[in-house]
Amino acid sequence: MEKIIYTDIAVIGAGPTGIVAAYNLARLGYKVSLFEKEESLGGNILKTYKLFPNFQSSNELLQLFGEMIVVNNLSLQTGVTVTNIRKDNNHWISTTNKGETIVSKAVLMATGFKPFDAHYKEEYGYGIYNGVITSLEFEKMLKCGEIYGSNGITPEKIAILNCVGSRDAKVGNNYCSRVCCINAVKFGIEIKEILPKAEVYCFYMDLRMTGQFYEELYRKSQQEYGVNYIRGKISEASQTADNRIQLKAEDTLLRLPIKMTVDLLILMIGIEASESTKELSAQTGIMGEYGFAKSHSLLKADNHTIHPGLFIAGTCKRPFTYPETVADARAAVVEIQHYLENKT
Amino acid sequence: MNFHPFVLPFLIGFVLFFVITACKFTLWIRHLTVPQKKTIRDNIISRKTFISVWEAIREGLIHRNIYKKNPLLGFMHTSLALGWFLLIIVGKIESSVYFGKTLEAPWETIFFRFFAHGIHSYPGAKFFAFSMDFLLMVILLGVLLALTKRLHSNVFGMKKTTQQAPLDRIALTTLWFVFPLRLLAESSTSALYSGGSFLTASVGKLLTGVVTPEVSLGFWWGYSIAIGFFLSTLPFSRYMHIPTEILYIFLKNWGVTSQETITGFTQIQVNSCSRCGICIDVCQLNTAAKINNVQSVYLIRDYRYQQLKESVADQCLLCGRCVEACPVNLELTLIRKQVREKNAPSHNIPIDCTLQIHKSNAEIIYFAGCMTHLTPSIISAMKKIFSSAKVSYHFLDEQKGICCGKPLIQQGLLSESRKLRDFNTQLIHNTNAKTLVVSCPICYKSFTEEYSLNVEVLHHSEYIERLLHNGRLRIKKSSLKMVYHDPCELSRKNSRKEEPRNVLQQIAKLIPTSVEKNNSICCGGSLASTGLPPEKRKQITNHAIQKLTENKPDFLITSCPLCKKTFHQAKLIEVLDIAEISAMHLHEEITPISRTWEGSKQLAHLFSGKKLPETFQK
Repeated sequence: MEKIIYTDIAVIGAGPTGIVAAYNLARLGYKVSLFEKEESLGGNILKTYKLFPNFQSSNELLQLFGEMIVVNNLSLQTGVTVTNIRKDNNHWISTTNKGETIVSKAVLMATGFKPFDAHYKEEYGYGIYNGVITSLEFEKMLKCGEIYGSNGITPEKIAILNCVGSRDAKVGNNYCSRVCCINAVKFGIEIKEILPKAEVYCFYMDLRMTGQFYEELYRKSQQEYGVNYIRGKISEASQTADNRIQLKAEDTLLRLPIKMTVDLLILMIGIEASESTKELSAQTGIMGEYGFAKSHSLLKADNHTIHPGLFIAGTCKRPFTYPETVADARAAVVEIQHYLENKT
Repeated sequence: MNFHPFVLPFLIGFVLFFVITACKFTLWIRHLTVPQKKTIRDNIISRKTFISVWEAIREGLIHRNIYKKNPLLGFMHTSLALGWFLLIIVGKIESSVYFGKTLEAPWETIFFRFFAHGIHSYPGAKFFAFSMDFLLMVILLGVLLALTKRLHSNVFGMKKTTQQAPLDRIALTTLWFVFPLRLLAESSTSALYSGGSFLTASVGKLLTGVVTPEVSLGFWWGYSIAIGFFLSTLPFSRYMHIPTEILYIFLKNWGVTSQETITGFTQIQVNSCSRCGICIDVCQLNTAAKINNVQSVYLIRDYRYQQLKESVADQCLLCGRCVEACPVNLELTLIRKQVREKNAPSHNIPIDCTLQIHKSNAEIIYFAGCMTHLTPSIISAMKKIFSSAKVSYHFLDEQKGICCGKPLIQQGLLSESRKLRDFNTQLIHNTNAKTLVVSCPICYKSFTEEYSLNVEVLHHSEYIERLLHNGRLRIKKSSLKMVYHDPCELSRKNSRKEEPRNVLQQIAKLIPTSVEKNNSICCGGSLASTGLPPEKRKQITNHAIQKLTENKPDFLITSCPLCKKTFHQAKLIEVLDIAEISAMHLHEEITPISRTWEGSKQLAHLFSGKKLPETFQK
């Protein structure tokens, strides 16, 4: 039997953006329905261990999210995917894969990002050799407290490669993902803390230390932890006879080709529009570049879309760091409040 | 001898045409290389000369190749070329019969009706008059079609027709005027003195009473000026292709081949281009990326007029579709490479040729190539196939490879590429191997065409076919639906179109596409283009995938690492190399390749004998 839910605001996606926005809207007294396609809330934060730049545990944030969602007026459904949104007169109608229909005055899309699939950069051997992993898989290793190399033992030499799926016209992503540079710096320090004897090499095109404390962390990683930085991307990785990873690269500062054999290669995968972001923005005609949702005006109305009542926030628009995405969620709350007040 | 001053413009044009053309021909032949000249001397007295005469008639007059590609366009060319040719021949016979001598002045033939007007009673007079009118009608029909083509090229099924240079427009316009003026001149004479046949007599009747002898003479002057102007501009316009194409046909049949650099043979080919524009419609830069000013016709035109810009020379992907389509059989991609060489600035690329050379007793040597090193799953698959078929192999470029040199040739860096070629040849010969298996079609083409190796060179698709044929490799058939994409380097001149298909038919259900074999298309990833912007490449790739997957296959199979990578990164369909799909269908039980990190982690733990941490056991 079809179930219809009437609410003020439907928030799609219970990652940091969706939770913060839903929590604040509920506190303002609006009825909020929050939907998450996964079984647990937290979005991509779930896949991380500690967050840059101050090494805060993501568990703490997840705990905080857990406290936030028990506020009055907020109802959360996990394991439910919103498959369709459309406008019907003054209302927005959302349908889910569980056959529910949600009638709301406004919709907030907080459908977030998905990590780049490293299989598309086949030259790095991801999925072909042991010991080539993505940044998210390395977070998992950190969570378990054990770092393995290609032979299943503690690695002596580790390479980190930036810009995998970002700033790369060949895979169709010409943009910078904003978070990987500083995350790579964080990884260097984390590795050195667990394995002080390991050699760490970080390959980069540019290191974009844009946020507060980033530059200082970068300096520390070199001077206090001894992480090596090499300007130049890795061109290819191959497997050696003893099952290690051989890298070919160019040090563009020294203008020399490099060959290096490592036990672990960490690919800093970039940010892409998530499937839900692409699908819902295509349905509503708000899809912008690279499949991200497009706001009405970048400088004047960045949470609005061309449709009154449909709002967007967070990484469904473009790559953001954690503080930026949460700030954007709060900004969206204000815009939605204005919209709902003027309407009634 | 009959003479009138109005024949002078024609006479001047006629002399200029012969003198300039003879000078140009002499110059080009002098610019042939010594071996090319020797080839001519060795073959000039042979059956090949007769073959050339027949081909010159077939292509120069009848234009059979254009007929095959586009019948209406073929008819247009035939009516103009064969019609005019017959008009001259029949006119010559007629004037010879009339004047009763074999060698009369050329103007007496061309302006026969002026000098011999009225009704005649020499043998076959009526027949000649009818034939000449009929031929004139055919040519006028051709002119009408040419006008239509210029204004509405789509009538001919051509989306784009060539944009002409100013001099060509002048020549073209005078050519269009020649025959209507001839009609008017002959008809006006018929009006004054009767004579002619169904066409000129009928038009003459309409003109009776309107034309005076002065007006008629004016038409004859006009006709003479038009034809004189056309003949004197011909050697400088695209119509130079008329005499040059015949020369090209002879040289080609005598066995003259192109060199890496520009020779007189290149000049002859450049001047043989009729600028028909057939190469524009087959070019993917035009059909998929809306670039329609860099095709072979424009490269040749700009090169001929010394106005070639890099933007025209460097965007081409060198896929070779235009070579297949060219009705004159010009070596268009080769000309482009030669022209690029002339444009290429002198580089000083350091080339490290300090590899150790190994002797090997292995059955084959395997050369993956640079591109295959960027798609390591193809190498893994080949290793699996070798071990399944129990082939002993020596992996020539496992640790550090040397480029085959092809990308350098495509950029016009010939001396650098020669260095690589010499080194690789030494490397390959020193192994004492009999068979070289190559995974990259670019290397394959390079080894088979640019090198002269004393080993058998096979692309891996051929080698897999051979292993299957010999029963050394056994595979299972699945119910998957596949389409096969012919890589340019493998499907054009090398023509390895059937071998990969024979393999795939044993693996799965191979479904045909509209762009296969001779009509195959480029993936858009070609290394040959340095000037094509990424977004244009993407358009070409997406268009190619759309064409290839019209029949909704499960997989897109190719046999080139570059095609595979290009298609894969478009993220539209699952793409696999023929080696990978073969390795997945091997008959014996094999451990699945660990495609994920989780999988590789479990394998790693098996190696080290450790237990998985609990968090991962879920």
